[in-house]
Amino acid sequence: MSRHTVDDLQAIADAIVAEVRDGEQIAASVTRSTETDVRVRNGEVEHFVSAQSQSLGITVIQDGRTGSSSARMFDEASWREVLAEARENASFGSIDEFAGLAEPDGVEIVEQKLWDNSLAAFPTDKKIEIAKDLERLVLAQDPRLRIDEADYADGATEEASATSLGIRSSSRSNSCYATVSVLVDDNGETQTGWAYALGDSPDKFDLPAAAQKAAERATRLLGAVKPASRVTTVVLDPMVTAQFLGIISGTLVGENVVKGRSIFADRLGEKVASPLITLIDDPTDSRAYSACETDGDGLATRRNVLIQDGVLQMFVHDAYSARRANTKSTGNSGGCLALQLVPGTKTQEELIAGIDDGVLIDSVQGLHSGVNPVSGDFSTGASGLVIRNGKTAEPIREFTIASTLQRMLLDVQAVGGDVDWLPSRAAGLSLVISGVTMSGA
Amino acid sequence: MSLVDLSQEFDSAVLSRVLAKGRSTGAGFSEVFIEDKRNMGASLDDGKVEAVNSTRDSGAGIRVINGDTTGFAYTADLSEKGLLAAAEAAAAAAAVGDGHVHTVSLGSVARQQVNNVRILPTSVPKARKVELLMIANDVARGIDQSIVQVSAGYSDATRRILVANSDGVFATDEQVRTIFRVSTVADGDTGMQTGYDSVGYTIGFELFDEESIEELAQRAARQAVTKLRARPAPSGAMPVVIKCGSGGVLFHEACGHGLEADLVARGASVYANRVGEQVASPLVTLVDDGTMSREWGAIGIDDEGHKSQRNVLIENGVLTDYMWDHIRSRNDGHAQTGNGRRQSYQHLPMVRMTNTFVLNGTEEPDDIVRATEKGVYVAKLGGGSVNTATGDFVFGMTEAYLIENGEITEPLREGNLIGNGPQVLADIDLLGNDFAMGNPGMCGKDGQGVPVGDGQPTLRVKSLTVGGTAA
Repeated sequence: MSRHTVDDLQAIADAIVAEVRDGEQIAASVTRSTETDVRVRNGEVEHFVSAQSQSLGITVIQDGRTGSSSARMFDEASWREVLAEARENASFGSIDEFAGLAEPDGVEIVEQKLWDNSLAAFPTDKKIEIAKDLERLVLAQDPRLRIDEADYADGATEEASATSLGIRSSSRSNSCYATVSVLVDDNGETQTGWAYALGDSPDKFDLPAAAQKAAERATRLLGAVKPASRVTTVVLDPMVTAQFLGIISGTLVGENVVKGRSIFADRLGEKVASPLITLIDDPTDSRAYSACETDGDGLATRRNVLIQDGVLQMFVHDAYSARRANTKSTGNSGGCLALQLVPGTKTQEELIAGIDDGVLIDSVQGLHSGVNPVSGDFSTGASGLVIRNGKTAEPIREFTIASTLQRMLLDVQAVGGDVDWLPSRAAGLSLVISGVTMSGA
Repeated sequence: MSLVDLSQEFDSAVLSRVLAKGRSTGAGFSEVFIEDKRNMGASLDDGKVEAVNSTRDSGAGIRVINGDTTGFAYTADLSEKGLLAAAEAAAAAAAVGDGHVHTVSLGSVARQQVNNVRILPTSVPKARKVELLMIANDVARGIDQSIVQVSAGYSDATRRILVANSDGVFATDEQVRTIFRVSTVADGDTGMQTGYDSVGYTIGFELFDEESIEELAQRAARQAVTKLRARPAPSGAMPVVIKCGSGGVLFHEACGHGLEADLVARGASVYANRVGEQVASPLVTLVDDGTMSREWGAIGIDDEGHKSQRNVLIENGVLTDYMWDHIRSRNDGHAQTGNGRRQSYQHLPMVRMTNTFVLNGTEEPDDIVRATEKGVYVAKLGGGSVNTATGDFVFGMTEAYLIENGEITEPLREGNLIGNGPQVLADIDLLGNDFAMGNPGMCGKDGQGVPVGDGQPTLRVKSLTVGGTAA
């Protein structure tokens, strides 16, 4: 049980699941949240959004049939209506002998710091100042820079859930960030860059570092040309690696495995990656941005080693896929929750120093359209810097890099030590992959 | 059975008081956007109808514009008290504080009937919707024994909106959309391949009287089966022919986003300051048209209460105009064009496309292929994305073939295509006479998704970079 309870919301969730009938299971989740979003341009507030919202979701399983319903109100009349609707919806589902909510498994929650009092008390006018400061700091980096937009945003969520099998959890979380996207003009050419600042509360933001990063991203692409097509070695920047791991994670999710949609379905215990790869999903690691205490089924999250020294160890499961695969839930309802690669020791610069001919991939575009995790085909637009004789050289853009997910994992030549706990479900680090086709002019 | 116009459920005197409250801190403009949306969806996977879901989401977004600052608040509480509280929060967010009372009077409700719904989805038994999923599953699996997995989704949305603002705008619309999707997996010697197809219109359940779910399922299954013998896509720049009704996303990314006035005003578009200039091949006439009845992006009014309209953006290759919303129009002294859209009452409106398409050329589609010695024929495009400031864009090809000696030959594995907007528009050298609209799409911008349509005739881009792995 998490230490923070949200009594009024928990009472509603409890009341809903108390309605359970014979042969039925009910799960209810009740959420209340607030958000602030400030956008600044040219020293003025462009918009200020201040809002509160709430939502209620109910899932009903009757004799192996599943139905759900949701709404924005949770007074008693409303939740009774939603419950009736979920029950009606369940009556149209197919009978699935594996359907069912998670059974409590006794795994203890690893507490996370999800709430920050200083963020909750942070004054509104100072939030506006943060966005203005970020804009000012960026413009001070280089006279050719323009601001596309500078934003400050925060949100707070209180949530309580209950199931008729006795799982109850409630939590309170808040978070904040500032982002900036910039444009740089030179000789009739425009390039773009972006950066963000993170912290438990806004006073922990490193705005100067964000400003420098945004400026660097944009200016270092000035003069970029389209490269010739060839097979090469790429160094993925940490953010790109995190996106790559996000795609890989889908192939390791139990539901895709049991439904025959994973390229690794029959490969447990086999070598699927370079021996340099040890991939762990660990939402209990408080350094991870997406660290959390419970999964979508309400079970405690846990550390799972998915690939050890290149050998596939396990898939992640929620209650449903675990039942189908005749195994136990790994606390992964919702998929991989906080991935990380076990890091190497070299900095990105040291990794690049070992490459005669390659490309540093600064950013990718179109992962949603050119990657198919079922077939394994990987193709994405990219921009970056040429690596020549161990050093970064001229910028390049408007090209694609392509391979297959299977080959890329096996072709990993080095894993960086530069772990970056990015605002995503995967931590980033520099990754060197050979045998990638670069397609350009 | 018909939908009740939201103006029948809200007293214009109450709305006037809410708008006045929005201006109570001195703002020149206030707006209330009320939305009542019901969704019903059902999905089938692995042979079973596994999730039947329904949602109801209603609420109001209050926008207050004070000089260059916009304050925004939203609420799910549609009582007068709830609306006034949200208006007060929005006003405070945009405050300069002159404290005067600004009265607002609303005229009669403006409406424009663009879409006609014959069968409201809410009037159809859920069992009938679920039955369609089973049909799709059975048909797709029956196409070939290599089909190992099928998923199908049905979903309908009934959205009623009301917009009132301090300029006196008072408008309502009802938007009913129905969509059906089928995904397949085929397994063969070279691994697994996927197929996908969808059909959706801004109409009701009559969709299934007009469109065959069986044929949809067959197409999705055949796509996966065909790709089992696909070879790796080539790499490098080459001619690319795009089949009619499959590649509107090319224009959506290559220039659509870059013609949105908010991005233009920010100097974040390669098309800024280029009205009157040749920005595309003279073959290209590009239109954005929210009045195109039934199409996925069709709307009676936009989410700022302005009637949708047909806007010619590029005519014979010359840039004629951008797309506009309330704020950009006001700041630039330009007329609104019915392109102010938002995902929901929880979001601020911005400039968005509706149905964006390229008009017919004169070539026979077969001649376009015959005129191509070596290249790629794209029969189905996937999603795409663009950096509007540089013009660089990508889009995926989910079904493509090699063209060799003027003939379509072997199927290709998936990959992205990459190009630069202005360059690609200039490189369109053949345009067919077989215009067709494409699959229903969801366009994402700044975290908001709205339904959009696109279309084009078969066309050729004389040089595009194909992102495969083969030499």
